[in-house]
Amino acid sequence: MSFNQTLQAEKVLSAINLVKTFGGVTATQNVTLHIHRGDRHALIGPNGAGKTTLINLLTGVLTPTSGNIELLGKDITNLAPNQRVQRGLVRTFQINQLFDSLTPLETLSLVVAQQMGQGSIWYRALGGPRDASRRNDQISLLERVEQLLEQFNLTDVMNIQTALMSYGKRRLLEMAIALACNPKILLLDEPVAGVPAGERDELLSTVANLPTDVSILLIEHDMDLVFNFARQMTVLVNGAVLTQGTPDQIANDAQVKAVYLGQTQIEGHTHA
Amino acid sequence: MGEIKNSRETKELIQLSWRRSSRVKPIEYAFWVLAFTMPLVLSSHAMMISEIAITAIFALSLDLVLGFSGIVSLGHAAFFGLGAYGAALFAKFFFPDPIIGLLICTILGACLGAICSLTILRGTDLTRLMVTLGVALILLELANQMDWLTGGSDGLQGVLISPVLGRFEFDLTGFTAAWYSLSVALVMFFLARVLVNSPWGYTLRVIRDNRLRAMAIGIPVSKMLISMYTVAGAIAALAGGLLAQTTGFASLDVFAFDRSADLMLMLVIGGVGWLYGGIAGAVIFKVLQSELSSVTPQYWMFWIGLLLIILVHVGRDRLKSLFMFWSSARPKLESNEQNINTGKLG
Repeated sequence: MSFNQTLQAEKVLSAINLVKTFGGVTATQNVTLHIHRGDRHALIGPNGAGKTTLINLLTGVLTPTSGNIELLGKDITNLAPNQRVQRGLVRTFQINQLFDSLTPLETLSLVVAQQMGQGSIWYRALGGPRDASRRNDQISLLERVEQLLEQFNLTDVMNIQTALMSYGKRRLLEMAIALACNPKILLLDEPVAGVPAGERDELLSTVANLPTDVSILLIEHDMDLVFNFARQMTVLVNGAVLTQGTPDQIANDAQVKAVYLGQTQIEGHTHA
Repeated sequence: MGEIKNSRETKELIQLSWRRSSRVKPIEYAFWVLAFTMPLVLSSHAMMISEIAITAIFALSLDLVLGFSGIVSLGHAAFFGLGAYGAALFAKFFFPDPIIGLLICTILGACLGAICSLTILRGTDLTRLMVTLGVALILLELANQMDWLTGGSDGLQGVLISPVLGRFEFDLTGFTAAWYSLSVALVMFFLARVLVNSPWGYTLRVIRDNRLRAMAIGIPVSKMLISMYTVAGAIAALAGGLLAQTTGFASLDVFAFDRSADLMLMLVIGGVGWLYGGIAGAVIFKVLQSELSSVTPQYWMFWIGLLLIILVHVGRDRLKSLFMFWSSARPKLESNEQNINTGKLG
């Protein structure tokens, strides 16, 4: 695509005046959020701020009480989760959600086949004859799977049952599955949560090397990662947007300092 | 150029793994050759061999539901019974050809499966157990009430089936029955083999392993479960139809709760989520039933119960290491718990 300038400003995902109430409790209050193409947007906020509810609304696990969600200019408020995925809205999970009885190779082969529209083919084996998949310069299943295994350093464990892999590798597979879905926008829910120090660097560099044309909304507690990664930030408190801005603006925001528990950490970064 | 070479090597490894998981192993050919020679070796047990083959097809159907999709069912006899009565009635009132009869009852089973799939899409394991059980009980009572059609508790008698392919007549020796059932079983197994190794089959496993994530990668979960239950209903009805055709008889016990419960026992004994688990379970169960009931006619269930407890508590893997030849058929390392839930072919 050569008309980059116009695409840069294109809104990929918009939440407009989203409200979600559970009984009498308002978990999401009038949240408006725009993610543009190629954005690296971080969503932060103290525990219980409503980050998870917002993610569930965006992905379609929950239905909003009022408000709209738009993906690439089209209203998706009433679409089922799997339909949103087909249109490019993909998430990862804070707690790994993997297919424990399969190997990474089987998992990724299936996910890629699913995205290629072959998910309900019953008459030939998964990864079977490499027939029509090369047409229309579509990357073949084999090439795509190989590329994902390499990109996420899973080649050496590709035939090990997922249940038996190390936590770090499982975390990588978690992200590989999401990326295999060809996301236009990727919601990363605490990607480095619980990853031991030894396996952390591998994961961080993978996050940093995610394709630039994929917009990313990052939900994270780790302020090192947030301030290294994000170019836009939204601070969520008590279900409502407290403020939005660049990392520098957020770090110097008095309101944020007052509310957010990571105050000292944020200050530490502005001085660095 | 090292990287390009590496990438090519990886691709070769991937293709090798893909091929390995869907390839028919020599031991499978050996098994089927052995199965087809059994009626000659044990000629006095030909009818029992036919029954085991039928039960194995029935178990295969439940394995698709329970083993591959993780949906529990205590009413699988609903489909089996529908197939049995369907085949018997079709032969009696319309056309006695066995193969056309099988097609008809398969279609009936598929229809019932599609309808009943709506009852298993939502809810917990407990609700599914109750709902599937309920469907089987309803059909049992319908067959009981409609005695003008089904013969009620006397069963449907006087079913005459014409020779298979116009040549092989069903007789008292049971040879035709045995080879007919074995042939259908063979066809169903290779069909099921294709199914479970296809993207469709992997999609079911993915739904079983983690339904939340399955949705999050764009899988239409309900649609998949409906198609799975339709196929499973068709296969179970086909097994029921075979029983009616080979015995020339259909009675209310085709719908019985015992039949559903025994089937689940067989799958647990043989191993769920593994195509040959149903066959292994059916063989072990039927042979034990036949042998034990001749030794202790009233208490043979005691030994089945004991076997079940040992299997679950000691674990199939540890028992399996006693029988090394099994491990060549199932090389994957699995823990005991996972063996109940997962497992795979080869």
